[in-house]
Amino acid sequence: MNEIRKQFPVLNQEVNGHPLVYLDSAATSQKPVQVLEAVRNYYELDNSNVHRGVHTLGNRATDSYEGAREKIRKFINAKSTKEIIYTRGTTTSINTVAGAYGRMNVNEGDEIVISHMEHHSNLIPWQQLAKEKGAVLKYFELEQDGTITLETVRNTITDKTKIVAITMASNVLGTINPIKEITKIAHEAGAVIVVDAAQAAPHMPIDVQDLDCDFLAFSGHKMCGPTGTGVLYGKQAHLESMEPIEFGGEMIDFVDLHDSTWKELPWKFEGGTPNIAGAIGLGAAIDFLTEIGLEKIAEHEHNLVEYALNEMDKIEGVSIYGPRDPQKRCGLITFNIDGVHPHDLATVLDMNGIAVRAGHHCAQPLMKWLQCTATARASFYIYNTKEDVDRLVEGLRIAKEYFNDVF
Amino acid sequence: MSFNNNLDQLYRSVIMDHYKKPRNKGSLDGDSVTIDMNNPTCGDRIHLTLKINDGLVEDAKFDGEGCSISMSSASMMTEVIKGKKLDEALELAEIFSNMMLGEDYTDKYDLGDVEALQGVSKFPARIKCATLAWKAMEKGVNEQR
Repeated sequence: MNEIRKQFPVLNQEVNGHPLVYLDSAATSQKPVQVLEAVRNYYELDNSNVHRGVHTLGNRATDSYEGAREKIRKFINAKSTKEIIYTRGTTTSINTVAGAYGRMNVNEGDEIVISHMEHHSNLIPWQQLAKEKGAVLKYFELEQDGTITLETVRNTITDKTKIVAITMASNVLGTINPIKEITKIAHEAGAVIVVDAAQAAPHMPIDVQDLDCDFLAFSGHKMCGPTGTGVLYGKQAHLESMEPIEFGGEMIDFVDLHDSTWKELPWKFEGGTPNIAGAIGLGAAIDFLTEIGLEKIAEHEHNLVEYALNEMDKIEGVSIYGPRDPQKRCGLITFNIDGVHPHDLATVLDMNGIAVRAGHHCAQPLMKWLQCTATARASFYIYNTKEDVDRLVEGLRIAKEYFNDVF
Repeated sequence: MSFNNNLDQLYRSVIMDHYKKPRNKGSLDGDSVTIDMNNPTCGDRIHLTLKINDGLVEDAKFDGEGCSISMSSASMMTEVIKGKKLDEALELAEIFSNMMLGEDYTDKYDLGDVEALQGVSKFPARIKCATLAWKAMEKGVNEQR
């Protein structure tokens, strides 16, 4: 693991006089040198617009940009690169589905089903679509441990359900949802399923053909890639049936004074000059992750979470949210300490060189469900170690002592 | 330990005293001005009620949820604005804002415990916590002017 850690230059620094312990990868991951070099090489050697120049640089840029798309296709085992659309991130990906597929297929009285554990980016697009169309927005209820049972899924989805939108791994509870089984139930009811894989794609293998999901969205920046990159996967038939939602250069076939036609997939959804350097960086990130192996990454995180849960349990007054079984969760732990507000906790940890997230984690309805206004979250990735967990636990003890005993 | 010294600049005992024993906690009934405000980036929330008569803040109470900085700041703010004219209350909000920016401010008012919040200016991520209650007060007073 030390060899992997060395490839992330940002981790090699002191923060407030302490070696940095970065435990906020669920917000955004750090980037390895391979990704930084890919972006730099593009700008230093190949910088040019894609799909238009006849010149050599233009060809090189296009090859790298489309080459990265093929890497993404392979990464999630999509049938074709026509099904891989570059976006700015998960939020744009889901808004594209809601705006293009949703507007066309959801009517008054239809149902859209999401869950209480959705990030705002997989909640508000559906809430607004339901409002606009007079459709009904329904929620999968959660169990006490923050999981969803298949019984709940069966009881909530009806023949009126047109869209089921659900996260593969929760950014707050850490819960990993049984997407393959939920997809089957959604399809039996005649609904399509949209999967938010923002917290899953960086951490575990994904096979969209095996899942059989209709759409899947994820961000590049949470998986060692540059910010402003993301992917929308969609089954080709769905994408063919959808109208673009952004118009302009790059996405057109013929343009007349009063009408236009669109390029074929995937480009009809990629209006304007894309984030070329970002896409190439994302391709390099995928190479990096694939070389380590997604199974190995998932195993490493399970081990860290298991270790952290055990150590945190030893501190009195710590409440941990989400499933207790480390195998049922991804690499993050959301928690609170009695008598220490999460913001205060995050400041104390920061003064100790430890970066965690504090707040509502873009999931206000979930915070209501948990009956708290804010929580702290430590999230792990391939570069984190048991020593990082030890530093966190030490920091928690310091914070607890500071707030409960000093004053 | 240097780490605790830095923290002590932020969390001075007077701040923790207001956090653990907030002054003017609750809600005013009757003809009071009500302001609800939250900090969407972190979830802090304040419910402020002001009793304003003849251009004077006669009483102030707050309720809410948040970190030690936001709640102690609210507690101190209610203490310092009670009995102040509306213009004075607004001026105090401006003074507080300057304090948070680390800028000089006039010593024309006795700020009392509020001075203890000076250290927050060195923690940029926490300035919004401290200013929430003051923003709510500014809004409420402006509505009455």
